[in-house]
Amino acid sequence: MNENSKKKLKLKVSAIKDGTVIDHIPAKNLFKVISILKLDKIENQITFGTNLDSKKLGAKAIIKVSDKFFEDDEINKIAMIAPHAKLNIIKDYDVVEKKIVVIPDKIVGIAKCFNPKCITNNEIVTTCFKVISEAPIALKCKYCEKITADDEIVVL
Amino acid sequence: MKKDLISITDFTKEEYLRIMELAADFETNPNQELLKGKVVASLFFEPSTRTRLSFETAISRLGGRIVGFADPGSSSATKGETLHDTIKMVSNYADLIVMRHPLEGAARYAAEVSSVPVINAGDGANQHPTQTLLDLYSILKTQGTLDNLNLFMVGDLKYGRTVHSLLQAMSEFENPIFNFISPQVLQMPRAYKHHLEEKGIRYFEHEEFTDIISEADIIYMTRVQKERFSDPMEYEKVRNIYILKNSMLENTKPNVRILHPLPRVNEISTDVDNNEKAYYFEQALNGMYTREAIIAHVMNLK
Repeated sequence: MNENSKKKLKLKVSAIKDGTVIDHIPAKNLFKVISILKLDKIENQITFGTNLDSKKLGAKAIIKVSDKFFEDDEINKIAMIAPHAKLNIIKDYDVVEKKIVVIPDKIVGIAKCFNPKCITNNEIVTTCFKVISEAPIALKCKYCEKITADDEIVVL
Repeated sequence: MKKDLISITDFTKEEYLRIMELAADFETNPNQELLKGKVVASLFFEPSTRTRLSFETAISRLGGRIVGFADPGSSSATKGETLHDTIKMVSNYADLIVMRHPLEGAARYAAEVSSVPVINAGDGANQHPTQTLLDLYSILKTQGTLDNLNLFMVGDLKYGRTVHSLLQAMSEFENPIFNFISPQVLQMPRAYKHHLEEKGIRYFEHEEFTDIISEADIIYMTRVQKERFSDPMEYEKVRNIYILKNSMLENTKPNVRILHPLPRVNEISTDVDNNEKAYYFEQALNGMYTREAIIAHVMNLK
């Protein structure tokens, strides 16, 4: 994507003065990202656009959160469903820092194990997975030891 | 830190060998009062007579006392008590918990909740590590070594947890060769073959159960269960193929031994039972010594 079209895209979702822009989210996972980052539970101004054209992702989504700056371990939680997400930290309309998400080694309490016979789906147990593959992502359940694949990941 | 046995991969090769050493010691002298004055909780949230009797005999021979239940109907689980609460309570009473549960991962979770060691006696289709250790002990006893062995696994290799765990454990030893004999729909899962490839271990897959077993040191038989097939015709096609008959053992190596986790249905003809190469009943007895060894190991009794 060249600079020009980037600018056009920005116009589709209005600019923010201070805050964080999360770009390159797969469109189908936009609402999962919102839920993981608990954006539905905060008072900040949030704008988002979805089903925007993206060469890499097909259809992408973008979220702009005013006056919010995420900790790394908080933002890395979205890596399993938006591994190519890029963050722009905005201060006074300028990008002051760029970040990429990093898939953590362990994913705790976010994803659901796909195995219906797993103890975590039958009793209140915090799920915990080891990331055994990053692309495509595969999660090994600490409890039942079964592997939840990319297309089976459900966010709790 | 307390020691649990939940998954076969929780133990190192050195620990496998330590268990083998202890099992041999208990075989020579099964009655040792190492658990005197201790209470062991035997929690069977799913009935398993064979495993439970083996454990409870092992505990008795170590001089321990047993509390618990043999089936979930007589436990508080029927009143809706969570596993968490049952384990919290029991770990206040007992010095060790042995548990079988129908849900996968239940034992790992129990070990996290419990303040005393937990031994997994089977959690659904996931793990049954004491079975694997008794298999290792049986192999060591009959072959004199765990290195350079040619293992044939026959039957349901897709869902059979015993063959998966045995594969993982044996892959820790020197230069094993695996031969997998199964119908196409019940082949060894990709992940386990990948594990062998990563370790540079040779394996071969076959659909036919023929005289290729003449190279075997160990033939590990498993049951091909009807409920594993979505198409009953598929089951009918294979049900009589993966049956070991005495005549098939004629050209096998003199040291070969037939193992089976039991219960057997028809996958080993009864005419094999009197062959000196049949080892499955001795294998079950080895289970008791191995379980004494595992208890002694996790509780640091020896």
